[in-house]
Amino acid sequence: MAEIALSAKNLSVHYGAHGAVRNVSLDFAAKSVTALIGPSGCGKSTFLRSLNRMNDLIPNCKVTGEIWMKDRDINAPGTDVVAIRQKIGMVFQRPNPFHKSIYENIAYGPRYHGVKNKKKLDEIVEESLTRAALWDETKDRLHKSALALSGGQQQRLCIARSIAVKPDMILMDEPASALDPVSTAKIEELISELKREFCIVIVTHNMYQAARVSEKTAFFLTGQVVEYDSTDKMFTDPERAETSDYISGRFG
Amino acid sequence: MKAKTVDKIATGVFIGIAAFIVLLLASLLGYILVRGVSHISWQFLTSPPQTIREGGGIGPQLFNSVFLLVLTMIITIPIGIGAGIYMSEYAKPNKMTGFIRLVVEVLSSFPSIIVGLFGLLVFVNFFDFGFSLFSGALALTVFNLPLMVRITEQGLKGVPLSQKEASLALGISKWTTIRSVMLPVALPVILTGTILAAGRIFGEAAALMFTAGMSSPRLDFTNWNPLDAVSPLNPFRPAETLAVHIWKVNSEGIAPDTPEIAAGASAVLVILVLVFNLGARMLGRYVHRKFTATK
Amino acid sequence: MAKSYDRLEGKPHLTEEWVGKAYTFVCIMFLVITISSMVYFVASKGLSTFLVNGVNVGDLLTGLKWNPEADIPLFGALPFIFGSFSTSILAAIIAAPLGFCAAVFMVEIAPKFGRKYMQPVIELLAGIPSVVYGFVGLSVIVPFFRDTFPGQGIGIAAGAVVLAVMILPTITTIATDALAALPAGLKEGSYALGSTRYQTISRIVLPTTLPAQMTGIVLGIARAFGEALAVQMVIGNAPHIPHSLFESTSTLTSAITLSMGNTSMGSVHNNALWSLALILMLMTFVFVFIIRMLERRSKL
Repeated sequence: MAEIALSAKNLSVHYGAHGAVRNVSLDFAAKSVTALIGPSGCGKSTFLRSLNRMNDLIPNCKVTGEIWMKDRDINAPGTDVVAIRQKIGMVFQRPNPFHKSIYENIAYGPRYHGVKNKKKLDEIVEESLTRAALWDETKDRLHKSALALSGGQQQRLCIARSIAVKPDMILMDEPASALDPVSTAKIEELISELKREFCIVIVTHNMYQAARVSEKTAFFLTGQVVEYDSTDKMFTDPERAETSDYISGRFG
Repeated sequence: MKAKTVDKIATGVFIGIAAFIVLLLASLLGYILVRGVSHISWQFLTSPPQTIREGGGIGPQLFNSVFLLVLTMIITIPIGIGAGIYMSEYAKPNKMTGFIRLVVEVLSSFPSIIVGLFGLLVFVNFFDFGFSLFSGALALTVFNLPLMVRITEQGLKGVPLSQKEASLALGISKWTTIRSVMLPVALPVILTGTILAAGRIFGEAAALMFTAGMSSPRLDFTNWNPLDAVSPLNPFRPAETLAVHIWKVNSEGIAPDTPEIAAGASAVLVILVLVFNLGARMLGRYVHRKFTATK
Repeated sequence: MAKSYDRLEGKPHLTEEWVGKAYTFVCIMFLVITISSMVYFVASKGLSTFLVNGVNVGDLLTGLKWNPEADIPLFGALPFIFGSFSTSILAAIIAAPLGFCAAVFMVEIAPKFGRKYMQPVIELLAGIPSVVYGFVGLSVIVPFFRDTFPGQGIGIAAGAVVLAVMILPTITTIATDALAALPAGLKEGSYALGSTRYQTISRIVLPTTLPAQMTGIVLGIARAFGEALAVQMVIGNAPHIPHSLFESTSTLTSAITLSMGNTSMGSVHNNALWSLALILMLMTFVFVFIIRMLERRSKL
């Protein structure tokens, strides 16, 4: 049994009276990729955003249940949410670099977390960009605006930015849905690299993407997990009829 | 056929009225400038006013207006931006917030003379700051705060949520997120608004008559010790500003060249307000371009 | 990579978060306390005329004679109240149609020209200081009225004209926003039925945006009501109800402006002036209340 990085137990999310996620329990293994798939509105993104307490930002959104990280329930009241988010990074659907230079986009996080030494910061910037396969393209323009990068580059910058604060896991919310096929391929390649070190949870619309990058896949339908198994099994021999219907493209 | 004729006439009226308003502004500005500019000279801008004789200038008043504006901004900006951040980022949607919103709205609709009277009562008398630049700056702060709060709130509301989320997702505190990520993005809006607010302050008189006072004691422009009574920099001296001076000259001036002085001072005031307006526009556009530049 | 930053242990960011929250809260509280004390101070001063000096509230509100320094002082403030209401309402009557027409021009007739030239014109009008309006009123409008109509030229008419120009930007801006916020389908439906632009504006646009237009007008009246110096300079400042629009009279603000500096704190005269300020303040509350009601209606 692989080491468990994070484990959600009976997690439910309500927007007012509407239950977007109902009673979901999932374990995420360290150093592997888990894909969350399902038709739009099935609650997969909402579930993902609950894992790093991002839903706290949405007024009138209530998350109940437990999220265990090591020996701590990070969904418990009184949890230091800011500290949690440093451990659980997030990459969003649309690339959202800060309106700062490329260098500052990366250095901003580590500097806040206590790295004041300029040389050390330089190292972190280079290392993060290298690991996000962006160093060669950006090393001559580190102090230019990040907004001048292409969409694909911006998304890799966002990934570099989140690994720069040294999280344990990275949540990705349809990270390639706004990108062209070439950029998408680069992101997928990057995910395969990063899973050597991080636990990655990726929400995707694209089932081929799930099949290509993930070890395990969870299929969401109307706020619940219908099936959760190894990706191979899910795509070749699913237990449930809904899963095979969805994967073979019969709905959604 | 008839409906069409009516429509044509109506369109003519709409265009005519729009033209009238443009003409109104043009003649207003034209009148002030034509009457006033001829009276503006270096001597007029730098020499002190005269009570009975002609040839008075507006030097101290001009200095007072600028100094008072700076003092006011030093007090207003930190409080206004802080309060704006609270309203935009920390206030929860409940009764308390609704009440605060009402308070800000009421404060922004108070006549400036009421603000001035409050200043007279509280800053001048109660805290015993006397008729002074400091009292005036505090009154103008009260006058200006609601606007500053609204500007900041507007600026922050305009920052894309994705920017805020990106920073929070890095495990960065809300406060640092606001300061380091959101405020810079909101800066063009806040800056433009602040300069426009500064223009408004510059022309304000009613709130100052009973706080900064209507007299300007002899100033020694070679003495820059802020603690000295005759130093221009002393914030606890009475100070008549340009706008107050225009009012005073018009209503109680007895010097023979009173109309010229009023015209000249009005022209100076209007030119400065125009500079603030155009400056705000240009700076806003420049900063906006700089922040979204894709070079 | 080096060891992970263990934020779960040290918690400096919690202090920092608290500092931010506390700082912004203190700022907003400063505002709340300021306005509370403003209401308290003005009210206690204004009420002392009645409570300490024993002036009758009804006499003050309805009395026609204002003579606080006489042997038997009289505190009839009705002329001031009348002056304030008549100038500001007359100003709104002049400015409202102009503002509406300018808004129609900017939104319906020439949007491009409107945004590029009309908008700045309106903003500049709003930016001109009130003493400058007073100065122009005194040196252009008053002489013009003096030559054209019987009387001194000063008075309600001059005050209303100056105020009309001053509140025109407020009314225009709100009218423009209201027109621009109309759903496009509403107008298109009317045009599709063969209505002309004027018919569409008078039958559809004006009725639907009426609450919003009213908001602008009330805001304008509120501003005119509180304006002190520009009015004081052209109104003449005689403390009685005039017989014509071109006769000297006073407003609440002009009476305060003129006498507050010349009376000593605590005297009956001074207290009576504070009562005028209290009336001004209460009217501000009334205006804010009306505006809130109208805003609620225009949202429906």
